[in-house]
Amino acid sequence: MATRRVRFTFPPQLITEPIIYQMGMGFQVVTNIRRADVREEMGWVVLELVGDDIEIDRSLEWVAQSGVRVDPVSGDVIEG
Amino acid sequence: MAPTKFDRLETLRIRPVSFVLALKCKSCGREYAVEPLNVCDFCFGPLEVAYDYDAMARVVSKERIAAGPLSMWRYEDLLPVDYADAVDINAGFTPLLRCKNLGRKLGLDNLYIKNDSVNPSFSFKDRVVTVAATKAREFGFDTLACASTGNLACSVAAHAARAGMKAVVFIPADLEQGKVVGAAIYNPTLVAVDGSYDEVNRLCSEVADNYPWAFLNINVRPYYAEGSKTLGYEVAEQLGWQTPAHAVVPGASGSMFTKIWKGFHEFSSLGLIGNVKTQMHLTQPEGCSPIVEAYNSNTMHVRPVRPDTVAKSLAIGNPADGIFALKTIQESGGTATAVPEEEIVAGMQLLAETEGIFTETAGGVVISGLKHLVEQGRIKSDELTVAYITGNGLKTLEAVDHVVRPVHTLPNLEAFEEAMAATARS
Repeated sequence: MATRRVRFTFPPQLITEPIIYQMGMGFQVVTNIRRADVREEMGWVVLELVGDDIEIDRSLEWVAQSGVRVDPVSGDVIEG
Repeated sequence: MAPTKFDRLETLRIRPVSFVLALKCKSCGREYAVEPLNVCDFCFGPLEVAYDYDAMARVVSKERIAAGPLSMWRYEDLLPVDYADAVDINAGFTPLLRCKNLGRKLGLDNLYIKNDSVNPSFSFKDRVVTVAATKAREFGFDTLACASTGNLACSVAAHAARAGMKAVVFIPADLEQGKVVGAAIYNPTLVAVDGSYDEVNRLCSEVADNYPWAFLNINVRPYYAEGSKTLGYEVAEQLGWQTPAHAVVPGASGSMFTKIWKGFHEFSSLGLIGNVKTQMHLTQPEGCSPIVEAYNSNTMHVRPVRPDTVAKSLAIGNPADGIFALKTIQESGGTATAVPEEEIVAGMQLLAETEGIFTETAGGVVISGLKHLVEQGRIKSDELTVAYITGNGLKTLEAVDHVVRPVHTLPNLEAFEEAMAATARS
C-alpha cells in the first residue's frame, strides 16, 4: 500500500462537480481530505490518497484529464 | 595584562547557543521535533522553525553581531544551526550600494541596491544552502539533492563539494548553458530531465519520497528557508540599524520575500532596530506571476500557472509560499507588480549601464518593477528604497547577447580611426 499527498486545484467550471467522490468510486483509492478552501471562482483541496501505487497513478491521471490541476502538496519543489 | 581587542571579541563570541524550540506548522500551529520534516502531518501545511526569542534577546546585541565574521554567519544566533559546524563557502555580507546614477534615471534620491549576485556561487541561494547543508550534515545525511532551474543547483553542488558530501541535482533539459556549467563544475550527479515543467516537478517529489537524501527544498526546507532572513538582517545593519521605507524584491516561491520581512521583524523584536515601517514590494515576470495575479484580484487564492518567462529563476508556477507572500504584502502595506517580458532585459541593461552591476534576468524584473512603482507614485523620490538583486548576469548571457556590437578594425591606427568615425556616424 502506498500513500500520496496531493493538492487539487479546481477551475471555476468544475467546482460543483463531485470529482473526489467519482475518483473514490472509479478507482481502488481511499481519499482523505485534510484541508480545503472552495469558493465561487476557485477551489483547492489538499488530500491524502492510500492505495496501490499504480492505482493511485491511474486515479490522478483521470483527475488531471478531468481538468483539475494536480500538484505535490508542498507546491513546486523546483527552485530558481 | 589589560584585555586586548581580541580578548573582547572572544568574550562577545561566547559558545554558540541554539535557540530553536521546535518546528511549527504555519497553518494550524502544531509543533514537531527538530527533524527532517517539512509538512504538518495533520493539515499538510508547511512547517517553519520556532525560536525562544526571550532567551535569544538576552544574548544577541549589536556588538555581538559586529564581532562576528564578515559573512551571514555573524547572525548565527538567529539561525537554526551552529557556525562551528557550518558548511561554509563564505555566503553573505554582500555590498549594499548607494545608487545615485540609477536613482537619477528613475527619480529616486535615496536608492540602494543589495547586490547579492556576488555570493560565492553567484546568487542568494548560498545563504539558504549553507544553512540547509549544515543541518543536513547534522542530521547524518550524506547526500544533498535539489530540483532547480539553475541557481540552487550551482549552490547545492558547491556546498556539497565543500562538505565532502554527494550531490544530486535535477535540472530541466533546456536550461541555460551558464547555469548548467556553473553546477557541473563542482562534479555533482547532474540529472537533466526531458519533460514539461510539471513533469520535472512531479518526478522530483517522487524521488524525494523514495531516496534517503537531504532534498533541499523538501525535507530540509524549514531550515533552508531561514537562510533568507539574513538578507533582511544585513540590509538593516548596513543602513545603520534601520529598515528602508521600501524593499523591492523578486518573487518566485515567495519564500525569500516573507523571510526578509521576518528578518526585519526579528531584529525589531530583539530591540536591535525600531519599529518596522517597510513596505514590501514583490515583483514577478508577466510570464509567471501567480502571486501578482492573486494580489490584483484581491484574493488570497494563488492560482497555479504554467510558467512561460525568460526569467527562468522566477519560473515557479505553483508557489509554495504564495499565500504567505500575500500576507506580507497586506501586513506591510506593500504591492505586487508584474513586469512585461520585453522590459526584463531593459532592466538588466539599465542597472549595468548606470551602476556597473550585471544581474541575471530576475534582477531585470526587479529594476523594471522598481521603475513601474516610481511611475505609479508608490515610491516617492526622497524615500529610502532598497532593491534586491539576487543573481549574477553571467548565468543568463543568452538573454543579452544582442548587446555585443564591437567596433571592427584592422590592427593599425588609420583603420581604427576610420572604424570609430563610421561608428559615430551610424
